[in-house]
Amino acid sequence: MNLLFDFTVDKATKTIYVTREFAADLDLVWDAFTKSEILDQWTAPKPWKVRTKEMEFREGGRWLYTMVSPENENPSRYSLVDFIEIHPKTDFSTRNCFADENGIQQGNSFSLVKNSFKPGPETTTVYIEKKFDDMATLELLVSLGFKEGLAAGMMNLDDYFASLVTSK
Amino acid sequence: MRRDIFQAIADPTRRAILVLIAVQAMTPNAIAEHFDITRQSISKHLRILSECDLLAQKQEGREIFYELKIEKMKEVDVWLDQFRKIVEERFQQLDQVLFTIKNKKK
Repeated sequence: MNLLFDFTVDKATKTIYVTREFAADLDLVWDAFTKSEILDQWTAPKPWKVRTKEMEFREGGRWLYTMVSPENENPSRYSLVDFIEIHPKTDFSTRNCFADENGIQQGNSFSLVKNSFKPGPETTTVYIEKKFDDMATLELLVSLGFKEGLAAGMMNLDDYFASLVTSK
Repeated sequence: MRRDIFQAIADPTRRAILVLIAVQAMTPNAIAEHFDITRQSISKHLRILSECDLLAQKQEGREIFYELKIEKMKEVDVWLDQFRKIVEERFQQLDQVLFTIKNKKK
């Protein structure tokens, strides 16, 4: 089955839009995005594995997890996902940042994410909107005079860094 | 050691250093004066930035000045491409997980 995948970046608003179709019904896809036992199986790029420390999927709840590699079983960097708003089987919004093992935010960067779910006849489509907010990098880029071309650098791509930085 | 630009901008102190030297070339001492951290850790950050190939050095008398290789910052677009690939691969993993779960249910 050929599943739709679309990835676009709006540098001006520091937002990434992802659309992805999955060959499963809404209930299952919703679970895959909201239950840690399933999230743990697919969120990390290989060979890393996600290890959930805390997960409470409710408004005001949070998911605290880390990525471990075969070589490094004791990571120092965690990712924190705060659940802001949840409309069951429709959409949920989160605030994502780096944290320590107790879920205390590290650094100033964060992103706001909205995941929306739309059931189809045979597939479920997920729309992801990820908005970055990183004033430090913004200052850097503005002072470099790269307003246009490099606004993308404002992004502190938490997933990317979590996988890359902890591996070094 | 080969490093990439994303390691450089992952750290707030290094971003601040980049901002400083984007405006003008500076000596390590002049850079250190802007921060409330040890000279030693400034040196460490400068070393990492050098290894990311973001710094050019020029000697003036007895002093070394650091300046920013501005064209390297354009690699951020490459970074976005990498991020796209990571997202793509991650969802392919989810496809597998969904497939496995569906088969178990049958």
